[in-house]
Amino acid sequence: MRIALCIALLTAMAGAALATEISLDQRRSGYSFMSADTKAMQDEDTANPGMLFVLDGEALWKRKAGSADKACADCHSDARVSMKGVAAHYPAFEKTLGKPVDLEGRINLCRSNHQQASPFAYESRELLALTAYVAQQSRGVPIAAGDDPDLAPFVEKGHALFVQRQGQLNLACANCHDDNWDKKLAGSPITQGQPTGYPLYRLEWQALGSLQRRLRACITGIRAQAYDYGSPELVELELYLMTRARGMPVETPAVRP
Amino acid sequence: MQPYTVVGDAISASLTGTKGDATHGRALVVERSSTCILCHSGPFPEQAFQGDLAPNLSGSGGRWSEGQLRLRLVDAAHLNAATIMPSYYRVDGLTRVGASWRGKPILSAEQIEDVVAYLMTLKN
Ligand code: HEC
Ligand code: HEC
Ligand code: HEC
Repeated sequence: MRIALCIALLTAMAGAALATEISLDQRRSGYSFMSADTKAMQDEDTANPGMLFVLDGEALWKRKAGSADKACADCHSDARVSMKGVAAHYPAFEKTLGKPVDLEGRINLCRSNHQQASPFAYESRELLALTAYVAQQSRGVPIAAGDDPDLAPFVEKGHALFVQRQGQLNLACANCHDDNWDKKLAGSPITQGQPTGYPLYRLEWQALGSLQRRLRACITGIRAQAYDYGSPELVELELYLMTRARGMPVETPAVRP
Repeated sequence: MQPYTVVGDAISASLTGTKGDATHGRALVVERSSTCILCHSGPFPEQAFQGDLAPNLSGSGGRWSEGQLRLRLVDAAHLNAATIMPSYYRVDGLTRVGASWRGKPILSAEQIEDVVAYLMTLKN
């Protein structure tokens, strides 16, 4: 009885801690902070540099690879059907590993387990292209990550990382993206840090990049030690960001300044 | 790290024992790596990109004493634990500082004194 009450109290407190989160009707994609020119670049497939990667991804989807000599398409056939809505649910819980994997991680599991090929390196052109191709099949689909009850402790870890002050500048993600998203940092909008468009083409990078690359840039920006690509912490942050963005449409491949 | 004493809301003694150089202090404040104008704006007409997360620095030297400005720069969190303003002369109590910045304050004692000297010239 006592324990049940404690749990109820703790749950209520966790609810209160999350109460500063941005409410659904206030959630705004980074898109809405951009100039008309940059918006037009994202909206127009022929002008969107991310579409070149999507086309590469489509070619890779059909290419046989690994000692299984199988293409993604051999098992998943038409991505427009089989992959529709998939990215909106990632990161997802992977039972065999007992932890969440992001979309890049899932694709690499298919590389090693089903194609018997070596996994692609993080931020390699191939992995970005395939991820963009798979995620583009969810364009417009509302984000619905984090439903699986097995994910709950990992969402909580991601949230803890989000509100943890760190680095020489001693700032938390939440200090900027929850508390000051309507303000400007040295003249440029801070935005809510929504993960809706990844992988995306960033003009500053002159390249397509993953959500992990963006997170590492923010972590280095506050002069903290960036977590390694593929580390549990980055996946937990991605997972928390995706649950925080619930209901927002996937935009991949987005464009950002 | 130089030792210092907080009395009330101020550190009245210079960290270096000497007065800072206001001209150098201005250059530091507008320098991007010092981070001030990521958050603050101020009387810097030549700077196209300034932040709006924090008060305009104009008039700081009129609103605050030298000792108050010194403590604000050294450890703003001492004044307000919830502030987003970093502590510029502090190396302890921080989490996961990146390897290139570990064990070093954001600004040196000399630089703190230069910035204090500059802010004191901003009377209105
Ligand atoms: C030999 C068959 C096979 C091949 C080849 C294959 N996959 Fe898979 N894929 C699966 C199976 C089976 C699953 C279900 C999860 C599991 O058992 O690994 C899956 C799951 C997935 C998922 C997650 C779907 C979801 O609803 O969560 C994605 C995304 C995916 N594969 C992408 C790819 C990509 C991209 C490639 C090519 C690089 C590929 N797969 C190659 C068999 C395959
Ligand atoms: C000092 C303020 C600040 C802090 C602290 C910060 N960021 Fe950012 N973040 C930014 C700025 C500025 C941008 C760039 C906005 C833009 O142009 O998309 C950004 C971009 C992002 C984006 C990309 C949004 C998009 O539309 O593509 C994500 C996601 C993000 N941040 C997450 C985080 C996470 C997670 C943390 C903590 C590890 C963090 N940020 C810490 C300022 C900050
Ligand atoms: C991450 C944002 C941020 C950075 C970077 C920053 N500050 Fe601040 N600063 C603030 C905020 C917010 C306040 C308002 C009081 C508070 O919250 O502590 C403030 C207050 C001040 C004040 C008092 C203003 C007044 O008159 O009330 C001074 C002076 C000041 N900062 C100087 C500086 C200097 C000089 C630097 C660079 C060495 C700097 N700040 C860097 C956020 C910042």
